[in-house]
Amino acid sequence: MGAPRIIVVGGGLAGLAAVIKIAEAGGNVDLFSIVPVKRSHSVCAQGGINAAKNLKGEGDTTAQHFDDTIYGGDFLANQTPVKAMCEAAPGIIDLLDRMGVPFNRTPEGLLDFRRFGGTLYHRTAFAGATTGQQLLYALDEQVRRYESEGKVKKYEGWEFLSAILDTKGVARGITAMDLRSMELKAFPADAIILATGGNGAIFGKSTNSVVCTGSAQSAIFQQGAYYANGEFIQVHPTSIPGEDKLRLMSESARGEGGRVWVPRTAGDKRPVKQIPESERFYFLEEWYPKYGNLVPRDVATRAIHKIVYEHGLGIDGQPMVYLDLTHIDRETLNRKLEGILEIYEKFVGDDPREVPMKIFPGMHYTMGGLWVDFNQMTNIPGIFAAGECEYQYHGANRLGANSLVSCIFGGFISGPNALRYAKSLPAAEGDGGAAAELARQAAMNKKLMTSSGTENPFKLWRELGHTMTEHATVIRYNKGLKQADQKIVELLDRYKNVNLGDKSQWANTSFAFTRQLYNMLELSRTIVQGALVRDESRGAHYKPDFPDRNDEKFLKTTKASFTGAAEGPRLEFEEVDTQYIKPRPRRYDAAK
Amino acid sequence: MATRTVQLEIKRQASPDAPAVWEKFELEWRPGMNVISAMMEIAANPFTADGRETTPISYDSNCLEEICGSCAMRINGKARMACSALIDNLEQPVKIEPLSKFPLVRDLQVDRSVLFKNLIAVKAWVPVDGTYDLGSGPRVFPQQQEVNYPLSNCISCTCCMEVCPQFNEETGFVGAATIAQVKLFNNHPTGSVLKEERLRALAGDGGVQECGFAQNCVEVCPKQIPLTNAISDVSRDVLVQKVKDFLRG
Repeated sequence: MGAPRIIVVGGGLAGLAAVIKIAEAGGNVDLFSIVPVKRSHSVCAQGGINAAKNLKGEGDTTAQHFDDTIYGGDFLANQTPVKAMCEAAPGIIDLLDRMGVPFNRTPEGLLDFRRFGGTLYHRTAFAGATTGQQLLYALDEQVRRYESEGKVKKYEGWEFLSAILDTKGVARGITAMDLRSMELKAFPADAIILATGGNGAIFGKSTNSVVCTGSAQSAIFQQGAYYANGEFIQVHPTSIPGEDKLRLMSESARGEGGRVWVPRTAGDKRPVKQIPESERFYFLEEWYPKYGNLVPRDVATRAIHKIVYEHGLGIDGQPMVYLDLTHIDRETLNRKLEGILEIYEKFVGDDPREVPMKIFPGMHYTMGGLWVDFNQMTNIPGIFAAGECEYQYHGANRLGANSLVSCIFGGFISGPNALRYAKSLPAAEGDGGAAAELARQAAMNKKLMTSSGTENPFKLWRELGHTMTEHATVIRYNKGLKQADQKIVELLDRYKNVNLGDKSQWANTSFAFTRQLYNMLELSRTIVQGALVRDESRGAHYKPDFPDRNDEKFLKTTKASFTGAAEGPRLEFEEVDTQYIKPRPRRYDAAK
Repeated sequence: MATRTVQLEIKRQASPDAPAVWEKFELEWRPGMNVISAMMEIAANPFTADGRETTPISYDSNCLEEICGSCAMRINGKARMACSALIDNLEQPVKIEPLSKFPLVRDLQVDRSVLFKNLIAVKAWVPVDGTYDLGSGPRVFPQQQEVNYPLSNCISCTCCMEVCPQFNEETGFVGAATIAQVKLFNNHPTGSVLKEERLRALAGDGGVQECGFAQNCVEVCPKQIPLTNAISDVSRDVLVQKVKDFLRG
């Protein structure tokens, strides 16, 4: 038997981190990605990466980072892996620094740190306002180095379709499709790591990239993988509404002193800069004096929602509030925030150094994802998951600047564990199920290609997005969630009558999208039904009819499994590991 | 009142061997529209201006925030990112074509993998010992970081290569983006250990000497990377390296 072959699906931070660890340990990796890996969604992360390096003399510790993360996540995260992540974070920053990430520096040439939401410490290392881009490039470069040595083979422009499972349910490879030639092919492997990111496309418009559909997660969910805590969706408080997407306005804008406000008088007609200080309502600062503008994301999002919809104080009656940086001098803004300010300038047309930005909450991140054990393996033997596509590190709400560290840490854990697993895997019988899985996929493709219905897939997708955004984001009611589930069932039914429009066998993007759409629909039911069952409010999940956290009933991980039945996924609950920090009430209007 | 509309003309090509055709579209105007949202609208309502049913446009896109580098195309003759091309700022009809210097895949999709091959050729990485906890990185002063950070902002969109008169099959020129990365990694305290190899990779045919100083690259770069500075710095270093290698025999 030769060296084990590992397949990594997804070339964002988590996938690349896993690839590097495997190649370094002598394994061979096939790396699959829809887009060239350098174009993965990790590039969008702006603000920074957390690690308790305590370089500002504040007495910060990894224990404090651990506590902030657990507390910020409203105690839903299993504590063992989170503790390990926080302890590893300072070493990860050092590694990235060694790889050449152009982090911002202090005058002495040391790493600079900024403050982020949900903490009172300067714990966030950053590279301008494009930290994710810089981190992704650093890992991309290391992977390119291994590629040049023949240890990594990239399949860019290939889309993962499914896992190949043998008769015992053990993963033996994947099926994937070349997005140009539309060729369908089976790739054998001894272990697979999914690092396929978020699922923002389920909500139509979000801050996510186009490829973040959750399709891969949904495919293996439908093959038997548990999907955990799907109902926990982070709505970022400050996004820029757009026609094609919601663009993120980084939390670092507030970390560097940005203030959120609305005019105290509804429908104030004066030009914004003529509204005097006394007539501006800095509602986050008034409501949360301790954390002010840097309350965690779920708290800020609900506050903005409330000021707009309950107080009726949105700017010009629109669902928007000001995020104001104009009190900070241009030179400082350019040095620390240039990247994000340019985004605003470019996509809105106003200069945020001169005029307060107009922002509103937008779907941003899924805390939920594939269920994994502490070794990052799903319940399907041989399939691991890392990064946003799994559920492990953020509980009910993710703290700003924890995503980059969780991606890299998850990749670093999954890579060596996948290799270890692969080394002890007995050889497959026959082809391990490859031919059968390939035939199943070919049949699905053929059915779709020959479908002659009337439903436009892009329109079905818009309807899904509207429903999910209306009923399953900031505020949730059981009635609305039931409506959303019914709507998804209706869309699944109409999907059978889909009209592909484009039936060509070359670079058919509509075809690829329509396959993803089916997976989005199936996955969206886990989000809606998980939310429906969870009659409490915790982290990002908020039900006005059940405004309190209910630890007795719901301090539990939701695990959804696919049934194929009309009523949707089956839900079960698992105890949360709370062995280090005893759950306590979470509040940000005072010191914790 | 007649609805305000937007006119687009898009160059379509079903495959690398198929003939190119222009299709016209007329869409309802919406505030804040960009070229991407227009093409999303066409996908949901795939009809040309004269009411003929057509297929959704094939194009590369991902982040839609001008940071992933995917959606480069020619818009009204200019190489740029479609996501940041706001319809209100464009003359109509908006003419949209694929980049012309790269192998066409379909419609507006082209194959730009040559850039990633170039990055391998110049060893655009910092050769770290390993990923274990080996302590902090080299000290870098803010003045140095402020030079490196803009270079590290390159999104590999290849607009600089598209507009370069020297970037063609005849010269085999690597283009500005790759040269700027050579400067970036040669600047890094650890990355500089491969400096000589990088400079030699740019010393022969297709290297820095092919640059004709047209300066189109720096004008078109969506990230305002000081590309011409990088080219002159690296040219100088390549020359010095050539002399050194000559003297060493």
